[in-house]
Amino acid sequence: MTEAENLSIAIVGSGGAGALTSGNLLLEAATAAGWYGLLTRTVGPQIRGGEAAALIRLASRPVECLADRFDLLIGIDWLNANRFGAEIEVGPHSLVISDPRGGDLPDFVKNSGASVVEIPMKEMAKSILEGRPNMIALGIVAKLVGLNQEVFTALIEKRLAEKGQVASQGSRVALQAGVAAAAAISFDRRLAPPVVGNKRWLVSGNETTGLGAIRGGVRFAAAYPITPASEILEWLAPRLAKVGGVLLQAEDELASINMIIGASFGGTPSLTATSGPGLSLMIEALGLATAAEIPIVVVDVMRGGPSTGIPTKSEQADLNIAVYGFHGDAPHLVLAPQSVGDCLFTTQWAAHLAEALQAPAIVLSDQFLGQTVAAIERPADVAFIGERIKHTGSEAPYRRYALAANGISPMAIPGTRGAQYTAEGLTHSERGTPTSGAAEHRVQLDKRRDKLEQFTFGDHWATIEGTGEIAVVTWGSLTGAAREAIALAGRDGIAVRLVAPRLLLPVQNARFAAALDGVKRVLVVEQSHSGQFYRYLRAHYDLPGETRVLHRPGPFPIRPSEIHQAIAEWRS
Amino acid sequence: MSKIPGTPTVSTLADLFGAAYQIEIDAVERYTILADQMEIHNNPEMVDVFRDLARAEGIHAEEIKRQAGAIDVVAHARRVGKWTKGESPEEVDLAAAHYMMTPWHALQMALAGEKRALAFFTHIVETAKDRKVTQMAAEFVEEETEHVNLVHRLLRKYPAPPESWPHDLDPPVSQE
Amino acid sequence: MEELIVTPDTQLACKPSDYRSDLKPVWCPGCGDYHVLMAFTRAFAQLAVPAEQIAVISGIGCSSRIPAYTNCYGFHGVHGRSLALASGLKVTRPDLTVVVASGDGDGYSIGGNHFLHACRRNIDMTYVVMDNRVYGMTKGQPSPTTEPDFDTAISPGGTGLSPFHPLVNALASGANFIARCFAGEPNETAAILVEAIRHPGFSFVEILSPCVTYRPDQKEWKDLVHPAPVAATNDPAKAARRIMTDDGFNIGILYRGERRPYQPKFAPQSLDPSVLEQEFEI
Repeated sequence: MTEAENLSIAIVGSGGAGALTSGNLLLEAATAAGWYGLLTRTVGPQIRGGEAAALIRLASRPVECLADRFDLLIGIDWLNANRFGAEIEVGPHSLVISDPRGGDLPDFVKNSGASVVEIPMKEMAKSILEGRPNMIALGIVAKLVGLNQEVFTALIEKRLAEKGQVASQGSRVALQAGVAAAAAISFDRRLAPPVVGNKRWLVSGNETTGLGAIRGGVRFAAAYPITPASEILEWLAPRLAKVGGVLLQAEDELASINMIIGASFGGTPSLTATSGPGLSLMIEALGLATAAEIPIVVVDVMRGGPSTGIPTKSEQADLNIAVYGFHGDAPHLVLAPQSVGDCLFTTQWAAHLAEALQAPAIVLSDQFLGQTVAAIERPADVAFIGERIKHTGSEAPYRRYALAANGISPMAIPGTRGAQYTAEGLTHSERGTPTSGAAEHRVQLDKRRDKLEQFTFGDHWATIEGTGEIAVVTWGSLTGAAREAIALAGRDGIAVRLVAPRLLLPVQNARFAAALDGVKRVLVVEQSHSGQFYRYLRAHYDLPGETRVLHRPGPFPIRPSEIHQAIAEWRS
Repeated sequence: MSKIPGTPTVSTLADLFGAAYQIEIDAVERYTILADQMEIHNNPEMVDVFRDLARAEGIHAEEIKRQAGAIDVVAHARRVGKWTKGESPEEVDLAAAHYMMTPWHALQMALAGEKRALAFFTHIVETAKDRKVTQMAAEFVEEETEHVNLVHRLLRKYPAPPESWPHDLDPPVSQE
Repeated sequence: MEELIVTPDTQLACKPSDYRSDLKPVWCPGCGDYHVLMAFTRAFAQLAVPAEQIAVISGIGCSSRIPAYTNCYGFHGVHGRSLALASGLKVTRPDLTVVVASGDGDGYSIGGNHFLHACRRNIDMTYVVMDNRVYGMTKGQPSPTTEPDFDTAISPGGTGLSPFHPLVNALASGANFIARCFAGEPNETAAILVEAIRHPGFSFVEILSPCVTYRPDQKEWKDLVHPAPVAATNDPAKAARRIMTDDGFNIGILYRGERRPYQPKFAPQSLDPSVLEQEFEI
């Protein structure tokens, strides 16, 4: 019996089997018992009854990505499960639990060399009143990984309360049956005891994004649903109301982006959340917010593209449109959170920056961060809150776009006497009157560029860890995988630095150069087909020495072992 | 008294002076708007014409103030000077403006305005119950008649333009 | 048609000129929008709302230039999205008087979807569309309200399409106040604007505003417009029949609805940090 720092479990089932529910319960129970972990899901295209897999990683310390291989795979049934082959890697070290009546073993299991144990979960469930196969499966997992039954009892009560006493009783009994059935199975691993310490949360990236927005001062949101961002808006709706704010559902993204601009013009920090297709629609109005200098935050939970793409999967291919997508020269803010917990900080910071700089901020989250549920250490409180410089009405006539040393001109809130102005998308004078004059155009372009370039962003602009002649440069949700890969390389004696910008726009030339000081080899890691991040780096920064790019599109995240391998190959 | 619907009710002298003053200041505003239009649209001759007309109406307004003596024409104009149907008589028709218009056109507008003002005061003369109002209204009728004649005289100096007056060889320009 | 009554509180504490900015409009002389600007300033003066409490929100087009010609707060946004800007503003600033200005292209074409949903949402604001049945700013293309046989370069011989019927669509979508005005009657228009602004919920005022440059034929509008033969109704079915059968030149308030305006509670507070994180605590 070995103690593992982490264990990876996949639960697969279809047709209403409830694989995702057991996955959620597993994570909740394990974290309630003190462990860390995370859960992602992968599903077929059906709205109900489709094939689904819950992918769980349990660990004694916080983890930010899935492992390369699964230790345990439970198939409640195997219908259409071949689709999960690329995501669920099993091998000779893995244990597969299969229901003999659950359909043929998928090829990726048959050919893997994994041990397969048959347990008739369906049959067992049938003999229990309101017993369900997914609870049998859950019991099996609990026993195998060493989780205590008691933790589950309370949880099942809570989660299934609305389905009634009989159902929750049935689930408890089924769980126990699963535990009993697993007694005979030999599994040589169990989880190492958790590192005890800080307050922990169990939360998804979309939820932390919403909380970050509210902490950053956002009190108005406009919403148009889109996978995988809808949860942000659904989470915000009642919670904004709790703090006296409002969420308005819009008729389309063109409305939601303009609504938040209107609300911000009126003085309220405002936000919307969308995904790639929605961001495309919002681009024109983002330009308006830039030109009229109106603070707003737009969260893009990136998904597979282009066009409708793969809505339920992650990719990092909206960088181009976020950075370069505006017509004309329209400097603005682009930020990217690096973990589920960092979604809180980055969104909060974005709200603060947008208000301080009177500019739109795009937050590039992704489906992986947004929809992964993770146990994280409670994020530290930070004091960033959105606060724009307001015009108090003394200097007359008021010039909304007056030149200022730092490029930031005080903003008059409607209702302020003597400061009436018209916010303007046309090129304008300092007063805001439309103009086509060369000097005025130049002056305002300089102003909007300078206010961003002169701002002190502080150390939050990037994550920079470690030293070494090799640096992994990455961003967003791959930061966690890169960190794990670097730890693995460290055990091989390879020193690797990690550089992951959180602030993508405005570019931080001097600081990036400093971050790569002494680095001779740069491994760029990103989840895009065309290498958008690599080209962004080449466009704006000098990369020292040699560069290699590890990039591929979605739908599957780049795993630590792939990055580790790329580092190891390059060592010589 | 019978009043034309949508026009100020003029029963007292204060009403009359208020209405008369409002007519003039509306005219000043109207001609100023037109002068500004002509300025933006690069018709300097018409800028002068409309500014002159505005100035003339301003003088009329001052004259009415003087004639009113103790009566506060400004306050009474605010109270009573409301046209809810159509506009006040000398608010010349903005729709008739054109960026290439000529003084003849402006004078046609002014003539129509003065005639409407004349008709307004004539109606009061014919229907007012208060003798003082009738007398004062008659004076206004005389003044407006004089204005009408003046415009006629000016029109003799500015003939009607040829039919090609609005021909602009350049096409319109798209701005946005 | 009922007589438009000037109510006692329109004692003109404010003058229309208080609501004009010093910017000289670039509209063509002869444009109906000059009259609309006059109607705006007269209406604002009658309402006696301070200029800083009024926000005029517009999109793109000749009519959308109007905000900067007033002395109120304004937003000259992008094409077709003025209602969305205004909705976000009004929901978070219910204290402001929000007037939205648009044209037939900006409002009924690219802005069409927002028009329907703004009527449906019934937020308290007034939507003024200056309809000249043409795209004036971009040199004379047909708009949704252009007659089907109107010949243009982009649609030679005319579009052949039925014109969009804004008042019917407004009624069907839930607008709470519907009126049609003619720019050439600025005082009548001002009086209707006053009522529209005062009426709770989404008020829609279509103003026929001739384009002197691309639609010189619209000079005849002043002879075609006429007061609506019956008083405004609060019965949507009645209003529907009337509006669907009117000749497009009925002037006046045609419908006064009784829907309650949409105004969610908005009173932003600072956050007690612990309140929203409890649900995540393990």
